[in-house]
Amino acid sequence: MMKKLHRPLLAAAACALALGATVPGIAKAKDAKKEPSAAAKAARDFNKDPYPSSYKPYPGAATALVGATVFDGKGGRIERGTLLFRDGKLVALGGADLAIPEGFQRIDATGKFVTPGIIDAHSHLGDYPSPSVQAHSDGNEATAPTTPEVWAEHSVWPQDPGFTRALANGGVTALHVLPGSANLMGGRGVTLKNVPARSVQGMKFPAAPYTLKMACGENPKRVYGGKGRAPSTRMGNFAYNRATWLKAQDYRRKRDEGKLESRDLAMETLVGVLDGEILVQNHCYRADEMALVLDMAKEFGYKVSAFHHAVEAYKIGDMLKANDTCSAVWADWWGFKMEAYDAIPENAGLLYKAGACVVIHSDDENGIQRLNQEAAKAQGDARRAGVDISDAEVVRWLTLNPAKAVGIDKLTGSLDAGKAADVVLWNGNPLSNYSRPEKVWVDGALLFDAGNPKHRPVTDFELGQPGEGDVK
Amino acid sequence: MSARKLTLAPAALLAALLTSVATPALAQDMAITNATVVIGDGSAPIPGGTVVVRGGKVVAAGAGVAVPAGVRTIDAGGKWVTPGLVVAVTDLGLVDVEAVEESNDGEAGKAPFSAALDIAPAINPVAQPILISRAAGVTRAAVAPLDTGAIFGGQGAIIDLGADNQAVTQPRAFQYVDLGETGARRAGGSRVAVHAVLRNALVEARELARRGGGAGADPRLADAAPERPGDALLTRFDAAALIPVVSGRQPLYVRAERAADIRIALALKTDFPALKLVIVGASEGWMAARELAASGVPVLATPLNDLPASFEQLGATQSNIGRMAAAGVKVALGAFFDQPRHAPQYAGNLVGLTKVPGATGLSWDKAFAAISSVPAEIIGQGDKFGSLKPGRAGDVVIWDGDPLEAGSGVTQVFIDGVEQPLTNRQTRLRDRYLMPTEGALPKAYDW
Repeated sequence: MMKKLHRPLLAAAACALALGATVPGIAKAKDAKKEPSAAAKAARDFNKDPYPSSYKPYPGAATALVGATVFDGKGGRIERGTLLFRDGKLVALGGADLAIPEGFQRIDATGKFVTPGIIDAHSHLGDYPSPSVQAHSDGNEATAPTTPEVWAEHSVWPQDPGFTRALANGGVTALHVLPGSANLMGGRGVTLKNVPARSVQGMKFPAAPYTLKMACGENPKRVYGGKGRAPSTRMGNFAYNRATWLKAQDYRRKRDEGKLESRDLAMETLVGVLDGEILVQNHCYRADEMALVLDMAKEFGYKVSAFHHAVEAYKIGDMLKANDTCSAVWADWWGFKMEAYDAIPENAGLLYKAGACVVIHSDDENGIQRLNQEAAKAQGDARRAGVDISDAEVVRWLTLNPAKAVGIDKLTGSLDAGKAADVVLWNGNPLSNYSRPEKVWVDGALLFDAGNPKHRPVTDFELGQPGEGDVK
Repeated sequence: MSARKLTLAPAALLAALLTSVATPALAQDMAITNATVVIGDGSAPIPGGTVVVRGGKVVAAGAGVAVPAGVRTIDAGGKWVTPGLVVAVTDLGLVDVEAVEESNDGEAGKAPFSAALDIAPAINPVAQPILISRAAGVTRAAVAPLDTGAIFGGQGAIIDLGADNQAVTQPRAFQYVDLGETGARRAGGSRVAVHAVLRNALVEARELARRGGGAGADPRLADAAPERPGDALLTRFDAAALIPVVSGRQPLYVRAERAADIRIALALKTDFPALKLVIVGASEGWMAARELAASGVPVLATPLNDLPASFEQLGATQSNIGRMAAAGVKVALGAFFDQPRHAPQYAGNLVGLTKVPGATGLSWDKAFAAISSVPAEIIGQGDKFGSLKPGRAGDVVIWDGDPLEAGSGVTQVFIDGVEQPLTNRQTRLRDRYLMPTEGALPKAYDW
């Protein structure tokens, strides 16, 4: 039910953002007899995309990748496949018999592997960039328990060297950058193309929906309890969240009735969630808390797109499946904090067994370079627990599933014709510690080539420093 | 517990008797046949090999090894058999949950002592991180000391991960000092201060030794109390603890990331020639590889750092270890504190680098040695464990696939010839929640 309600709205929101247009209030006909004030109209019909993406795909040659084992990102595998892309879009995926049209450069990928670009649904690159000095600590607006008014994109430093490592070593072509988890409502997340740019707008994934970062558990209560204020307990976390959602519902009603007197950035984010335009990404470790959050979402009429970290998701795979909520998890991070004490390396495998949506995420500037290996570890641990999962299904945890979790699955994440030509050519099976990206294309533009020392990005920060342009 | 351990001091035996953990099994003589045998010394895997362990020690390993009559025989069915993994340095046994302060003995910022601190009494052999690491094939570790308020982290220990009460095999095995940004902060805010504090400390230790203080194997027990100069900065306890360091009887592990810091650390030997140094971290080690190789000082390098995470790691690259090794530096993977069981993944990545144009990695054989025999040698235990050469401890791991590959796992672990339990909270949780829904009773009855 929830799913049916939200999906079409999401698509509409995505289109609106793409066109840079505004989305009118949903219920504006209700008060037709009494015209809203100018202020109410302004608060209702504001520009929802004031920092629009300026990203334009870079030029790329029409390309045919021929002979590789291809994982299509949605669970399929083709041996000796042929993948065609041109003008930034995928044209066709087939077997050795797929005809290569004239004008396509042919790359012999025999013995190699092809996947869609890897997508990290949980990154803080740019918000917590390298070097990780205090002056770069821009990921948590830890001055109030709920800050839905802040936007992660306004903290992103495009010169973070981490972006380049994620591209070259991890084959990451898109990433979802979130505020941190100090706050119950940490602010808006943003989805980026992993393409170097002078501004964050130059990286913003066109038409990707906004997201709202929420956080359960230890972090908010520790941060604010430590300041001697609410919330200081898990029950305080929920009370604060619910009170804030009540305000959002009230704001939404006033908007629909044309009674708003001014804009409120925080409420605009939360109403965006209630309208189904902004996807909730909820940091949450424990199963019992996730179960409560699912009910809170029902109480206020929104959906949790994905739980992040979700180390105990394996205990409630059935509930997560029923709610169509993804779990973005590590393969085997464990025990570093109390709420991670019940993490097990079979988490992803048991979720898969329960039919729930699995995403392998990083939350880490090093881990993002090895998401493929993390997935492979989870696959091995699942196998030893009696859950056999094919390589092609496991690749979905890094591609189509994270795309779904952050709302870009219509645009990328699998090798379907018409989608973005976000493609990785691996020098071996990506589910191996021995394999690395050989070439990475974003929207059909070759942005990393392991065989060409100059064809790798070097950030401003690294110019003139030791190791500039090194293989890293 | 091995035969060797049974000969330990009476105090250890008494301690074992006083605890409630069951008496461990004795080592069982055994032969593992039909195995892909990795000796761990940098040689190539041997297909169809046999490993023989008697009296808790490796007797023979390789091809054409005869199986002694009457010993337990395990047919590995072609699977990989390796020495146990050796991790140096780590915080295994000091921590239950890192962020749960009261369970974390890795931090002692308010302690009145620094160099004198000895982690051995704090090691908990049944902490879950030990159980979980053991189940991943880690059998030995050098446990590094602490976050203290000073540049010295105190004295680390060598432990085994066996399921018995006696984890510490060598207490006070090394001293630890931080000469990088962290040390600078603790010394007063500058590298300038670190070097002054360090040199002063070594001089005070040398002076105390000259006056007859701190004699004996355990400087904590120094009973001589000679007069010291009035302006001594170190406590007597700390100064005494540094006597074995300055006299070269106890290695000094130096945390340094920046190439310049590594060179300055090596230069300490000019004024303190007896120092036995080990460099820890070494993100920019490749930029000082020539000096490191010439000095003979070994390195426990953090694997796969490739980001300028700080201004002392600007040159970080995953090729660091490969380049140091190629330059002749004795280098092992080390200094990863969070998850020692990731050692094989890191080593596998170094193998992967050999296929990347312009990168420098390690061959498979050298990569495995860099998580087994090489760290064992660097921590001074190469004759005791870290490989399957005759006479080494019977620390043997059987894997269900290539041990450096992502999807592989451990099927059996032996330490000192004793087969180890591989269960822990994680395996119990896994088994309880294979099906998430309740049956006839709540999950709490499923155990």
